[in-house]
Amino acid sequence: MPFDLVSLLPDGFVRHLPVLLVIVPLLLAPVCAAIPSWRATWAIALGGIVFSLICALGLLQQVMETGRISYALGGWAPPLGIEFAVDMLNAPILLLVSAIGVLATIFALPTIVKDVNKEKRALFFAAYLMCFAGLLGVAVTADAFNLFVFLEVSSISTYVLVAIGGSRDRRAFVAGFNYLIMGSIGATFYVIGIGFLYAATGTLNMADIAARIPEVADSKTIHAGFAFIVVGLGLKAAMFPLHQWLPNAYAYAPNFVTVFLSATATKVAFYALIRLLFSVFSPELSFQEIIFTWVLAPLAAIAAIACSFQAIFQTDIKRMLAYSSVAQVGYMLLGLSLASADGVSASLFHLINHAMMKGALFMAVSGVVLSLGSSQLRDFAGIARKAPWTATALGIAALSLVGVPLTAGFLSKVALFKAALVQDWWWVVVVLGISSVLAVLYVGRLLETVFFKTPGPAQLQVKEAPLMVLIPLWVLALACIYYGLDASFITTLTDGAASVAFSGGQP
Amino acid sequence: MSSTSDHHVILRVTAKFLIPIITLYAFYVQFHGDYSPGGGFQAGVIFAVGIILYALIFGVVDALTLVPAIFARYLALFGFLLYGSVGVVAMLNGGLFLDYDFLVAEGPEGHWGQHIGIIVIELGVLFAVAGSMLTIFYSFAGRAPEIDDEDW
Amino acid sequence: MAEFIFERYNYWAVIFLMMIGLYVTFQAGNMIKRLIGLSVFQTSVFLFYITLGKIRGGSAPILFGHDYLQEHGGHEDDGHGAGHGGDHAAAAGHDVAHSANEGVDELGRPFVDGYIEPGHVGGAPLQELYSNPLPHVLILTAIVVGVATLAVGLALVVRIRESYGTIEMDEVREADIKHADTEASAETA
Repeated sequence: MPFDLVSLLPDGFVRHLPVLLVIVPLLLAPVCAAIPSWRATWAIALGGIVFSLICALGLLQQVMETGRISYALGGWAPPLGIEFAVDMLNAPILLLVSAIGVLATIFALPTIVKDVNKEKRALFFAAYLMCFAGLLGVAVTADAFNLFVFLEVSSISTYVLVAIGGSRDRRAFVAGFNYLIMGSIGATFYVIGIGFLYAATGTLNMADIAARIPEVADSKTIHAGFAFIVVGLGLKAAMFPLHQWLPNAYAYAPNFVTVFLSATATKVAFYALIRLLFSVFSPELSFQEIIFTWVLAPLAAIAAIACSFQAIFQTDIKRMLAYSSVAQVGYMLLGLSLASADGVSASLFHLINHAMMKGALFMAVSGVVLSLGSSQLRDFAGIARKAPWTATALGIAALSLVGVPLTAGFLSKVALFKAALVQDWWWVVVVLGISSVLAVLYVGRLLETVFFKTPGPAQLQVKEAPLMVLIPLWVLALACIYYGLDASFITTLTDGAASVAFSGGQP
Repeated sequence: MSSTSDHHVILRVTAKFLIPIITLYAFYVQFHGDYSPGGGFQAGVIFAVGIILYALIFGVVDALTLVPAIFARYLALFGFLLYGSVGVVAMLNGGLFLDYDFLVAEGPEGHWGQHIGIIVIELGVLFAVAGSMLTIFYSFAGRAPEIDDEDW
Repeated sequence: MAEFIFERYNYWAVIFLMMIGLYVTFQAGNMIKRLIGLSVFQTSVFLFYITLGKIRGGSAPILFGHDYLQEHGGHEDDGHGAGHGGDHAAAAGHDVAHSANEGVDELGRPFVDGYIEPGHVGGAPLQELYSNPLPHVLILTAIVVGVATLAVGLALVVRIRESYGTIEMDEVREADIKHADTEASAETA
């Protein structure tokens, strides 16, 4: 560990890190809703999220030093009580979500002025804190039903956040509504799945379920529960073909919400999928192997190609990036369906990289939209001349998305290739190759427009994005380059995560 | 709705009898929840129903003077924080989050902490639920009615 | 065969409601009807959980009769404090049995990891049969989540109605397409 944070924190504090991480933003949310001044609520939100980041760093250090940390809520010991647990699988996710949260919150201050009506801003930050706390809760909990509760805390606030864009563009209301319908169906499917697992095993603690599943693995109850859980979480993670809600939600939400969601929400749902598939169920179960090989892998392959293809034909940049996100979820799912430690590690590696580059891309696009007022591709002609810093960061993140060497995206794609070749799944390599070529096409269109087209009169009015957009943007863009040169930090984390995933979630 | 139109007089009189009983019943459910079925969630809904019934019979404007929207909202926020504070106090006293045993200083045999903990938690739930239900009702009922009769 | 079907009547009710709910959610063009469908769908899941918790012949999970006396009769000092939270029992220099992993405490209650085993109260196994309360608690939570979802959904429908003048999915889609067309033609002109 390159830092020693835990020794700096007060003594009694360290023990409570797993719960403080979640409850501090959660309890700050009503405080935000009570304060009328939206700048004050922004400061509170930033403070709460920085606090969570510190907790996440402390937890990561503790986990690397001592292994799994368990926290019994209310003093009721697991498996009867609700347990929060941090291990190598979720500590990186906690760190990712809270780090992106800090950057996105800094980015929020200049963009929120354009996107959200003044009287809604304080409540907006309250909903944002709820969403953030819910996402961390999903990642930290070790109780299957508690996961549903946190999933819905984050989702319901997400619907609100998406729909707040409606004061600027009324299509956001419809996008939010469709997201609500699909998201609720997904969550309810998950609850049905947990109900089946509870009926078969009589427990809700994940480690406990995992321990009891082998006895009943061949019953139809478990099979049905598995199917419901995969579909439910797949909906939340925008797994093809359950991704229909995503492009509109990303395109019409306020800029800040798009940045935050694209980098965290689907990622956390994807983590939950990994947790359930590998730590609760196990890839050794015969039916799961069949599902991986014959259902998840083909769907992921179709997503990686079809959605990249769709991205090429989008005229709106945000929609283009949204389709690209669905394609990238396909990459991660491909890594997952290899059902090997290498595959899970590669797919988590790609997940973290994707969060960084999509966050940077959406931030750069939003930075231009601030002064341009449009996110149509043709309106971006030649903006690099007027906003060189924003455009350069956009370029770096876009190249990382394609997977150009010396960027983070390259290393994670190579990791996926390697993991696939170990198992002689050569077709995965072909699929990723085709998808990358398609990515070159849509990213090429974007970069050509931004850097080489002649700007019109409207484009000459474009100003450089404000400093509070540029700072988080460049932090992410530089991270894309840094981890493209030396990804040992991330790969250590993801390798540890994969080994935890395959140990069946046992402490 | 003005008080001069009195063709709803039976409704009004009945409601005047019912509303205090509903509110009282809410508190019964609340405090009996300590050792029998019941508790803050049900009580909060019943309490809010009392106010909502008042709004339906006497009009939203009158209900808003009785329980202002801002009060309902802050009640919900206060309830939420009250719930959270029980956990935080337990934590400050050296226990785990929401460990009621640490709420009061007592020996390991005592269980006052459990009683106090659950009562405060349920009060928080009561405030949060009643406040939220009223806020939801007000934000729908408070919008200008602009749907024509033929649209229904 | 008939026995197989009728024995599981609760599941048939659940499946029936679930299918109605999902069908309405996907088929209805009216947004309010979609939300109703969603609620029916969620309700079917509530029903599913609640029937899971039912034990034939079991009463509501409140201690009564012999079990109640075991819990309250004469043992003023038992209750939750002793069994729950082995760590502070040990901190108070209390009986070592608390910190032992397994065993029987001074009241004769079986212990695992310092916590009372379920199904025991006041030193003895439960005498009466109770339904499982856990699914009910879970569903109470799920109902709250459902209420919140419904409230947000209805609020969105109100806003859609205010900005589009309709709550039919098709008309909203047409309005969007028309809007996009006029935007495009305005720019080419």
